[in-house]
Amino acid sequence: MSVPAERPLAIQVEDVKKTFRIPTKRVDSLKERAVHPFASRDFRELRALDGVSFEIHQGEFFGIVGRNGSGKSTLLKILASIYKADAGRIRMAGRLAPFIELGVGFNVELTARENVILNGVMMGLTQRETRGRLDAVLEFAELHDFADLKLKNFSSGMLVRLAFSTMMQADADILLIDEVLAVGDAAFQQKCADAFHEMKAAGKTIILVTHEMKTVEEYCHRAMLIDAGEIRQIGDPAEIGRQYLRLNFQPGAQAEGGHAGEGVPAVAEGASLVDAWIEDEHRERASGVEHGEEIRLRAEIELSRDTIGVSASFIVANADGVGLFQFSAPIRGADGSGRVYAGDRVAVSARLANPLAPGRYFVHAGVRQDQGEGDVELFVHGAVDFVVFGGERSGSLLALDHEVEATVAERSRS
Amino acid sequence: MSAHPVAPELREVAGPSPLGGGWRRFFSLLWLMSATEFRRTYFGTVLGYLWSLVRPLLLFAVLLFVFTQIFRVGHNLPYYPVLLLLGIVLYTFFQEATSSAVTSVVTQEGVVRKTQFPRLVIPISVVLTASFNLLLNLIVVFVFILAWGVDPTWTWLLFPLPLLLLFVLAAGVAMMLSALYVRFRDVAIIWAVLAQTLFYATPILYPLGKKGLNDPSIEHILMINPLAVIFEQVRVWILEPSAPTAAEAAGGPLPLVAAGAIFVSVCVLGAWIFAHRSPGIAEEL
Repeated sequence: MSVPAERPLAIQVEDVKKTFRIPTKRVDSLKERAVHPFASRDFRELRALDGVSFEIHQGEFFGIVGRNGSGKSTLLKILASIYKADAGRIRMAGRLAPFIELGVGFNVELTARENVILNGVMMGLTQRETRGRLDAVLEFAELHDFADLKLKNFSSGMLVRLAFSTMMQADADILLIDEVLAVGDAAFQQKCADAFHEMKAAGKTIILVTHEMKTVEEYCHRAMLIDAGEIRQIGDPAEIGRQYLRLNFQPGAQAEGGHAGEGVPAVAEGASLVDAWIEDEHRERASGVEHGEEIRLRAEIELSRDTIGVSASFIVANADGVGLFQFSAPIRGADGSGRVYAGDRVAVSARLANPLAPGRYFVHAGVRQDQGEGDVELFVHGAVDFVVFGGERSGSLLALDHEVEATVAERSRS
Repeated sequence: MSAHPVAPELREVAGPSPLGGGWRRFFSLLWLMSATEFRRTYFGTVLGYLWSLVRPLLLFAVLLFVFTQIFRVGHNLPYYPVLLLLGIVLYTFFQEATSSAVTSVVTQEGVVRKTQFPRLVIPISVVLTASFNLLLNLIVVFVFILAWGVDPTWTWLLFPLPLLLLFVLAAGVAMMLSALYVRFRDVAIIWAVLAQTLFYATPILYPLGKKGLNDPSIEHILMINPLAVIFEQVRVWILEPSAPTAAEAAGGPLPLVAAGAIFVSVCVLGAWIFAHRSPGIAEEL
């Protein structure tokens, strides 16, 4: 995608730093402070952003990707003037929509109409302007008949629609968006996509923070990969996407060669992995798969809390820890909805094509929230390992079906 | 849609601030938030408003019974019941405004953590909502006052002044406590106790002067309390022109100067603490 580089700057960030001080022993009350006035105020420093500089042009769609804890949300909050940067300078041209999440200012006790007006004023419109746009907002959200209904009676889909259209009304020059595109049903998603394209055409500047590489590649002119508080790379979204995946499945600190070892639960809060195995075509457990034969992966996950909208996801990585392929499926509850309960056992069954070159492979298994920060409920590093045998040993990662010819097409000497 | 110039200029982003986003946005948000909250509480349900009225009235009825029938404090003061009512309604405002402000910033956590929001709006709008309620209650109080046979005087016109002072004091306390509460959670408990103490340190139950408390040395000390000064002056202006004024009760300039100093320092300190702490509030939550 073309980058409108010759356009004037919309955002200029110079050497922004942010360190969080996390007290090792937190003094939570005035009483404690009074009783122990000289108690140690030790704290651990967490460097969230370490000298970040970049520029975004007007009319640019800019994607920011990074793992959880990489500093991307901190950066967004500093851009939005929610956090204060310790050092550095940020300059912006034009009006910024002050939200980083949909529906933040909503009060469920108020009606849709009141909420839209309140949100509009939060975004810097006058009450009169907001009233003027009320109809358009409700129209876009397809909620005209529910204008005087309190939000607590809204379904989650209705809420999201209202939130999205409220945000669109702000008519800001710069929008900061944290994981919001996957909202509503398919028809509404299409509407959102159209709205985004419209904004793109109107020359709005948008910063999109997301886990979804697809979204970044679809909408963004440029993207930035951020890791451990530093910018890894800025550039073409597709390239950034590849970098991101590489980073994601090569768990930085613990990547010591390829010995992923036994299933070590790195994170296990909302779910646990009961079992995971590879099957052959007779439904017997297997330790190897012949190259070209389908890989059949089975897993059993137990959920330990009630939640909604989670996906089981898997990463196939090679012995060097390089993530090769990722796939996921939304976990559907017993009633077919996305709602699941503590104690639910989820059976996962996957069939994958096997273009893998001979060698040893690992499957990392996880459960992830679909919305918001994409919080990880469970991540088991190396849940299964298996061997691919047969095929050509080429020293490369994949052995794909291919057709290739090499013939002499022209002779210069007779 | 928008009529922006083709290329808006780059401007420095200042980071979070109590007023963030300019005065116009600050005031429209303040007004809108207070008004919506007020409407929601008192007009959303019929009982909502009745309840807000019933509480001070009930307290009034109990105290009236206790202090006229059992302790006989006000038996020789013709205006004691309405004085008591007016005092309770005013103090209820102060107590409700400040104690709901304490937790307000934490309650509005989502807004603080996820939007660029003029943070000062949060505690002040709570105080403003309470003031709307106070104005409504005062209508009822004045009906009582007139029914009791109090003659309106020109000094009634001065009533907005003590109300304004009360509002400013409540706002100062609200700023201070709401910012501190983010960090120190026992502020809420400490304030609950302090507010109760202040109630008794303000001449509400016991009128000052010869027919009331009749102890000049205690009255002098009481006048150090800015609330006592405000309440005593309200009594003189609204109900009893013959009652001791704040200056008379203080017996000299010293207690009044002290009260003024406390008033100013609470407000200045409150504003300073809020301004100082609010940029970091999102991180502490």
